[in-house]
Amino acid sequence: MLNIENLHATVADKPILKGLSLTINAGEIHAIMGPNGAGKSTLAYTLGGRPGYEVTGGGATFAGADLLDMEPHERAAAGLFLGFQYPVEIPGVSNVQFLREALNSQRTARGEAPLSAADFLRLAREKAGLLGMDMEMLKRPVNVGFSGGEKKRAEMVHMGILDPRLAILDETDSGLDIDALKTVGAGINAIMRAPGKAVLLITHYQRLLDYVQPDFVHILADGRIVRSGGPELALALEREGYAEVIAA
Amino acid sequence: MSAARALPTRRDEAWRYSDVDAAARVWPVGEPQRFVVAPGETRSIALLQDAAADGAVMLDHVVEIGAGGTFEVHLLNVGGALGRVTFDVTLARGAHFGLKAALIGGDGRTIELVTTVRHAEPDATSTQVVRAIAANRATTNYLGQIQVARGAQKTDAAQSFKAMLLDRTAAANAKPELEIFADDVKCAHGASVGELDKAALFYMASRGLDPAQAQALLLEAFIAGLFDDMADEAERERFHATARARLEALG
Repeated sequence: MLNIENLHATVADKPILKGLSLTINAGEIHAIMGPNGAGKSTLAYTLGGRPGYEVTGGGATFAGADLLDMEPHERAAAGLFLGFQYPVEIPGVSNVQFLREALNSQRTARGEAPLSAADFLRLAREKAGLLGMDMEMLKRPVNVGFSGGEKKRAEMVHMGILDPRLAILDETDSGLDIDALKTVGAGINAIMRAPGKAVLLITHYQRLLDYVQPDFVHILADGRIVRSGGPELALALEREGYAEVIAA
Repeated sequence: MSAARALPTRRDEAWRYSDVDAAARVWPVGEPQRFVVAPGETRSIALLQDAAADGAVMLDHVVEIGAGGTFEVHLLNVGGALGRVTFDVTLARGAHFGLKAALIGGDGRTIELVTTVRHAEPDATSTQVVRAIAANRATTNYLGQIQVARGAQKTDAAQSFKAMLLDRTAAANAKPELEIFADDVKCAHGASVGELDKAALFYMASRGLDPAQAQALLLEAFIAGLFDDMADEAERERFHATARARLEALG
């Protein structure tokens, strides 16, 4: 589904990704872990197409198409979802309006009929319920006045409504207490654990992986994947620390 | 004032940032529209100016508000090569003037609002909230003069102007002007010019909105609230729909 080959990227002319390769197949959940500054968020933003993240070498394909050649909104319509570490506040735009326009924009791009207001609200209510979020919150402006945990939960509601094929979740677990972590983990499983879908979890800590079991764990250091393994790798990291495991 | 008014130049303060060449093509303009609000009476008007792109439109209004009367204006000014709307308002004791306006300019348009609000007697209030959006080579102007007459104590006048520039070639001009001849008054004015939040634009794109849609949604939020208190629901819808269509066309 996602093929990253020897990807190099710079931010403000500073090389961050230095030859990263990774293949994710449908039905798989991958976790990327790594110390601060390893390039985890840069990888997420580069795959999402954020302006300022410049690809200087290598490539990435998504479902056979050249991912890096697409505009950010085209990547979304192709089925890519980027969960933000710091979701952005948009005063004056309600979640409901934003998500309905976003979903219908994606559907139109894919040649599907847009959802009616009533159908959309039904869908939104269902997905909000899945994440234990009150519908009233979805009527409020996007992320405005939301706590850190509420923002992450809202990100998962967005994901549920947009129903992507591949979700890249950048530190979705940061800022969550244990209860919220369980809810978000269950949400990821409910929405994304399916034969035709895949997830790339980017995280510092093992704890989210207790709730969302990865099939593969990779360690990112200095812009490259330096080790790959199964879930046991995350446990080793938790026990021994990055320095130890990377050196081993 | 008669139709024999001389063609203005940019040396005239009220035409300083205007497009006098466009004005010249349709000069002279007609008489201003007059409103006389009786003491204690409340009136409101909704004004949507969306003339064709090559036209020049100048709409002048003279308003007299009697003691304790209220006059409310909702203005959406988006049309014409020159779209110029002026209000000349005189407030008697305890009267109120309220103006909520959106100015949206694309292409090379000049969209402007010029107000003179005279607090002629004590205890009158005025609030003006103006939001301007300029793209491409457009210019948006707000020239707001407030005059507080001698003895017009307890005057409370407020102006707020916020502009959004979408391109480096677009312009916004704000010129608040206060002439105060009383000593117990409140006159507040604020002006700011900004650009769209790039982080928000990327966030919206990552959820599937194309750049023009994302921009229109943010701009809609920027002017949101201006028209929410319009009593006539159909009219309010027309304002929102026209604004949205104009904003999408800016993309």
